[in-house]
Amino acid sequence: MMDILVVLENKSGSIHRMSLEAISGAQQIGEECGLSVGILALGENASALAADASQYSVEEVLYLENENLNSYTADGYSAAVAQVISAENPHYVFFGHTYQIRDYVPRISAKLKRPFLNDVVSYTVDGGKPTFYKQSFNSKLVSELQTSGDGPVLVSFQSAAYSSENIQNGSASTRSVNVDLDASVIKTTPEEPFQKEAGGVDLSKADLIVSIGRGIGKEENIPLVQELAKVIGAELASSRPVVDSGWLPSHHQVGSSGQTVAPKLYLALGISGAIQHVVGMKGSKNIVVINKDPDAPLFEIADYGVVGDILEIIPKLTEALNG
Amino acid sequence: MKICVLVKQIPGSEATFNVTPDGRWIQESGLPFEMNESDIYALEEALQIREKMGEGEVFVVTLGPDRCQKTIREALAKGADRAIHIKEEAPFCTDPLTIASVFTQVIREENPELVLSGLQSDDLGFGQTGVLIGEMLGMTTATLVVATEIQDEDIRVKRELEAGWFQWQTMKLPASLAIQSGLNTPRYPSLRGIMTARKKEIKDVSFNDLRNVDFLQSFKKLSIQHAEKHTEMIEGSVDEIVSKLVNVFKNEIRIN
Repeated sequence: MMDILVVLENKSGSIHRMSLEAISGAQQIGEECGLSVGILALGENASALAADASQYSVEEVLYLENENLNSYTADGYSAAVAQVISAENPHYVFFGHTYQIRDYVPRISAKLKRPFLNDVVSYTVDGGKPTFYKQSFNSKLVSELQTSGDGPVLVSFQSAAYSSENIQNGSASTRSVNVDLDASVIKTTPEEPFQKEAGGVDLSKADLIVSIGRGIGKEENIPLVQELAKVIGAELASSRPVVDSGWLPSHHQVGSSGQTVAPKLYLALGISGAIQHVVGMKGSKNIVVINKDPDAPLFEIADYGVVGDILEIIPKLTEALNG
Repeated sequence: MKICVLVKQIPGSEATFNVTPDGRWIQESGLPFEMNESDIYALEEALQIREKMGEGEVFVVTLGPDRCQKTIREALAKGADRAIHIKEEAPFCTDPLTIASVFTQVIREENPELVLSGLQSDDLGFGQTGVLIGEMLGMTTATLVVATEIQDEDIRVKRELEAGWFQWQTMKLPASLAIQSGLNTPRYPSLRGIMTARKKEIKDVSFNDLRNVDFLQSFKKLSIQHAEKHTEMIEGSVDEIVSKLVNVFKNEIRIN
């Protein structure tokens, strides 16, 4: 039996990056509070995902394969995970706060009549128990969350709340679990996922990223940044407004509706720092922010900041780095 | 088709927030209040579905204090047929399950085929209410919805996935959909709409009368978000800034 159960998301056959961050968070909280950690993989090829997860330092890895879970549906996943939670009865169930988690975990909360603390950014420990915090009011305030009643508490963590690099390796046993899931439960028929534009780069693998926001001003200024990215050997990324304006294809977009990245360098040019963008890049090792507006929220998570005009700085920076 | 839209009033996004002395809420005096952004799109989607089908009813349900009247009138002026106002006074409930169970009691009596809500509110940001209500009412559910197509007994919706991916899915009705901002072009109320809105029905019910479950989670204390990192500011003329940045890239971050 485990005290914390981490539910994995299957992303094209591997463990979703934010699920790894949830494992890392669970190990950390588990160690501080004396709670044991287990993992659940479900869906098609869950056993393979469980085998991957068994290399981490946890108590046990469960896997659930069922023909009604081969394609994701909120109907099937919420029913199945609720049953596993009831059977295993952990104190906490952790998730990464992914789009899929938002889609089905509230239904588990309603089925089990237990709270779902979502998009959690941090915790404190008091008396051997964790207290969780989430952002509210346009991320301008932080709320301390309290729960009541007996039974599991569901928690999802915001992207980059914990680093997957801190995961402790070990060797865990795996165990197959079953649920009673009738096909009639599934009232949703999903079609094949598709990408708006084919191709593009996988920014999540990039070591260096130069990213632009609304502050670039107009489409004609894009080549300035392309030149800088080329000189550094960085990938080019952007915030949503740049894509919405049609200045760059959508596969360059970083943020909650784009890609999530964690490069060694994230050079943010003219990006103010809306939360939808921040969740996609706050895990970067070094964040350098250049913006005209000294109150731009992105400065709060910057390692290095410059208040200045990017259109003046970029060409000179390109030239200096080229030398 | 009978469509329910959940509409919330929230403090404007540009506002500066101060916390009340007990730490449970924000000081509201002087704050601008407006309709939650994604709810605006949910309402528009409902109105467009009604127009496409050429029949049906759109009613809005709003939880909140008296100030929400303004937002309810705005929804009616845009074309909603009537409204239900679940009245609540501060301190406000911050438990998604309790909130959803109160909504569920109101909506169950109405028996709509479709419940539309915005993806999440910009104040509390739970993003759960629409899905919780769907589950409690035995409906199918979908979030991050960016397109809808009504079919006979079903609805086909396009969902936004991560990293620029999308997926269509066909769901049995009744359904509860959480709508992503940007899927349509919200209308402005017409002058005629504003005039007729005054005559439309707003039914008041009380949150406390409907509350039938104990809070399972709540905000214990709100506080101002502090900077998470120490930021080294680089200053000087443009040339000085550039040479300092080059030094940081090469010697601190070591981009080579």
